[in-house]
Amino acid sequence: MSQEGDLLHVVTNDDISTRRRAFGRSIIWGSFALLVFVAALQTLAANGAIALNFETWRPTLYAYVLWGICLCAGQVLVRGEQGKRVLFVLPATLFVVSMVVFPLLFGLTIAFSNWNLSSPDGRQFNGWDNVVQMWNDPFYWNALTNMVWYTLAILVEYAIAFGLALLLNSQIRARKFFRVAFLLPLMLSPVAVSWMIGKSMLEIRFGPISRFLREIGIDNVSFFGNPELARLTIMIMDAWTFIPFMMIMILAGLQAIPREVQEAAKVDGASGWRGFWEVTFPLMLPVSITAILIRIIFKLKLADIIINVTSGGPGGATDSVTSFIFREYRDRSNVGYGTMLAMFYLVLIVIAMTILMKLADRWMRPRY
Amino acid sequence: MAEQQIFHDSEDDLAHRAKWFSSRVLIYGILIVWTIVCLFPIYWTITTSFKMAPDVLRGNMIPWVDYQPAWLGWRSLGLSPETIGAESTVREQFMQRFFNSLITSLSASTLAVALGSLAAYGLSRFSFKFGFMRNQDISFFFLSQLILPPVVLALPFLVLYRELDLLDTRLGLILLYTLTVLPIVIWIMRDQFAGIPTELEEAALVDGLSVWRAFGTIILPIALPGMVAAFILSLVLTWNEYFFAALLTSTHANTLPVMVASQTGSQGISWWSMAALSFAAILPLIVIGVLLERFIIKGMAAGAVK
Repeated sequence: MSQEGDLLHVVTNDDISTRRRAFGRSIIWGSFALLVFVAALQTLAANGAIALNFETWRPTLYAYVLWGICLCAGQVLVRGEQGKRVLFVLPATLFVVSMVVFPLLFGLTIAFSNWNLSSPDGRQFNGWDNVVQMWNDPFYWNALTNMVWYTLAILVEYAIAFGLALLLNSQIRARKFFRVAFLLPLMLSPVAVSWMIGKSMLEIRFGPISRFLREIGIDNVSFFGNPELARLTIMIMDAWTFIPFMMIMILAGLQAIPREVQEAAKVDGASGWRGFWEVTFPLMLPVSITAILIRIIFKLKLADIIINVTSGGPGGATDSVTSFIFREYRDRSNVGYGTMLAMFYLVLIVIAMTILMKLADRWMRPRY
Repeated sequence: MAEQQIFHDSEDDLAHRAKWFSSRVLIYGILIVWTIVCLFPIYWTITTSFKMAPDVLRGNMIPWVDYQPAWLGWRSLGLSPETIGAESTVREQFMQRFFNSLITSLSASTLAVALGSLAAYGLSRFSFKFGFMRNQDISFFFLSQLILPPVVLALPFLVLYRELDLLDTRLGLILLYTLTVLPIVIWIMRDQFAGIPTELEEAALVDGLSVWRAFGTIILPIALPGMVAAFILSLVLTWNEYFFAALLTSTHANTLPVMVASQTGSQGISWWSMAALSFAAILPLIVIGVLLERFIIKGMAAGAVK
């Protein structure tokens, strides 16, 4: 919505007394002063400048929460009706800023240090050492390449999801049953899936899939033995859980296409196949791109299945960036290096997604 | 002279008939195959939880035909008929994890829906200016959180939570989970509120209601289905979350996925108990999926169709 001004026009005669305004200001600034004071006190105590012993940083947290509440209340006191409107957005904004921006800035300072949580030395600033180490870490680059493969697998998932959505949208009986059945994999926790399928059904001796393969003459497939097969197996398991997601978005798009369009195409003599490629598919392009973009976002977070089934093996062939950093932390508890890897990953993602969104914007613009 | 049939199917129509029939067979064939692909792992997990060691090794599949069901897996969780009355430490552990999962996912979803709906409503109705940020930018700021991968936040939060004494607490997890689902909630709710005509509130405001009263009494009831959709979607995501839970909890605030994952390492051979545990972990969501499928689809479709 690019309209200027409020959509909801309200005229109110706010007469806010100067005393109320002053009170509002004073609680905002008063609580802020308290926050600064507590934080300063704790910082001094942590540095050993004053002889106060705090167990944790909780007091600062409480002061911060108090300040947040006072800020919200102060808006209404100082700005009246306008403040009540700000109150809709302010809590969420404060929450996200304190939960994202602050930790990200903090993360940046960790990223440039050598910090082993189990060692007594604490944090040591080490400049660009982590970057150099990252540059020379073949396993990290391997994990990044794997992410490219995993992301490319989305195209196959998309094709399957589109096919299923078309089937569900056609004239069939028991549509609701099929829809529920197709949706269920999405509801299952990846950890349970990784046990159910990865550990139990793919078990070489008696897992049903191995047995099935043996029946049709393929003997002793070790699904996680060779790198390509292992990566493929992970892709399939991830696809299994997430195909319903794309399927439902595409189905919603298909149902939004008016029947007349397809009927008109049929009258004009477009057969099923041409009708699909020249009418349905172009109309579905915006929905498809949205679905794929969201799917990519989810795919970039892929970790649970890998951590639980292969923990990156064999030889890092199935590692995603997230699972690699998870193990990096688990094995060496080096927070600094792990954060640097994560930050670099974030930068890559932001660049890639910006390019993708720009391209998508261009594709989605209708060409009349 | 033989009776000439006047009305009869022409050759073309018969061919059409056969083609129609074969396409039906093909469609239902694919649908059924995919249904099996979707449901078989669940079926396999349920049946395995009732198997005994030899049944697992022989790969028996159909209860009462191939093998005699036993309560072995459920007994190891303390949830079989004989053990359900008795004291059981395993069951207590399981129940603790179960309630941890329940509490964290419910509270995080509630918090996210509350914060997200308010923000989405505000953004759809009023124009704001925080510094250089206008409505568009604020919306983008919220939605852009979606591309933030959890790893980036995980290690800073690990350190921060250690300092704040929030490690291994439910509160810590709830806050993080709220953050992860908030963009999705805002996405869905923005769509909802955009579909509600502003005349409704204008009428209410003319009648003397304040902005917040109008929101509470007029808009909320209309937007409720959307909020339920957002809530259920958040519930699914937070119930299944593993990565943060694995990093930030150890003994007190463990959730079910962490419990399932930790069992795979230590006792990967007792298939029946793992199956029972996995099934117990996915059962609530299967129930939700079957009963509230309408809302889930509504929620996911919200972003797709503009």
